[in-house]
Amino acid sequence: MPNIRVIRRRIRSVQNTAKVTRAMEMIAASKLRRSQQRLLASRPYSDTIMEVMGHLAAQTGDLGDDAHPLLQRREVNRVEVIHVTPDRGLCGGLNANLNRFVGRFVLDQSVPVSVIPVGRKGRDFMVRSNRDVRAVFVDQGDRPNLLDVLPIARLAMDDYESGYVDEVYVAYGRFISTVVQRPTIQKLLPVEPAEMEPGELSGYIYEPGSAEVLASLLPRFVEMQVYHAVLESIGSEQSARMVAMRNATDSANEMIQGLTLLMNKVRQESITTELLDIVGGAAALEG
Amino acid sequence: MAPMRLEIITAERVVYSDDVDLLVAPGMEGELGILPHHAPLMTMIAPGEITVRKEGEEDSYLAISGGFLEVMANHVTILADAAERSDEIDEARVREALRRAEERINMRASDMDLQRAVAALQRSQARLRVVQRRRARPSPPPGQS
Repeated sequence: MPNIRVIRRRIRSVQNTAKVTRAMEMIAASKLRRSQQRLLASRPYSDTIMEVMGHLAAQTGDLGDDAHPLLQRREVNRVEVIHVTPDRGLCGGLNANLNRFVGRFVLDQSVPVSVIPVGRKGRDFMVRSNRDVRAVFVDQGDRPNLLDVLPIARLAMDDYESGYVDEVYVAYGRFISTVVQRPTIQKLLPVEPAEMEPGELSGYIYEPGSAEVLASLLPRFVEMQVYHAVLESIGSEQSARMVAMRNATDSANEMIQGLTLLMNKVRQESITTELLDIVGGAAALEG
Repeated sequence: MAPMRLEIITAERVVYSDDVDLLVAPGMEGELGILPHHAPLMTMIAPGEITVRKEGEEDSYLAISGGFLEVMANHVTILADAAERSDEIDEARVREALRRAEERINMRASDMDLQRAVAALQRSQARLRVVQRRRARPSPPPGQS
């Protein structure tokens, strides 16, 4: 028979855990509100610049060697993946899903893959599984600004321009809703041409000139996409943590209920036994 | 004439999205007027003022601090570094920023600072022009989303 004191101590310990998870849930909820706002506000820009780049790539196919270095297509000998993950755990299956997703992608490639983990969880996984880690970016914080992610974009662009890699992808957890985060991988370089009607392919007029416009627009595009991926990842992290912590709090409360029931039963039983002892003793004395 | 779609988008929000009949934007090589069915165009734009005209409505003005403009299939997209509608600009703050920028230019700081100050000056001047247009015509035009 379990001891009442042991059960009581157990209940108290579970109660403390519930307090912690409840607090984490509320922190995640408030951070989520902020990051969700930023993320949804930045989506139109990210989607639009993607669209514009698609138009652009579809029309510069015939530029050949004159094309901007970031538009040149080469035979693929090495690809690079910017793997955006949270820095911290306790957010349900998010990290595991992201790592499994990118791990699968790496294994599916027929050429060597360099990984640039952004976030501790991705770094730990890539290092543990002996991937070729090109560079590591951690401690982006909950509210990074564009300047914080510029070095990541710079490195990817330099690697592409120098010919070290021939394709660059960015992988992150896309924030769909509070309960759904979808691991997503997106090709950054070379820019994928959009599918267009033949009639629309009349060629752009560039002002001042195609070289100037592209030299300014292409880096901007890569920077914004990486920035947006980081924002998506933060939104996903906070929502996943909020849900995970809510589940943990609920489970703890359920456990407390079960334990309280057990404790009461044990107490009642011990009282009954004691009473029986007393009654038995009294009866023995009288007899 | 059939209108064209105009979208002005910054990294923070969608500033403008509506059908318009004429758009005047500050191109790198001077003002740039765009009418519906313009040929495909890709250009950088300078800090300045954007005029939007809609049939039957008063013109509306926006301040913009640089970015890109794409015309594609009767759809104009402006990817702006920053943009404000005239009714969002605080004139007092703009004047203050303008004064600071002029001060820094007069101090003849290093090249880097000078460049930044000149850029700030251009942005402030654009905002001021836009805000003064609004004062000349007190009621803001409808149709801005």
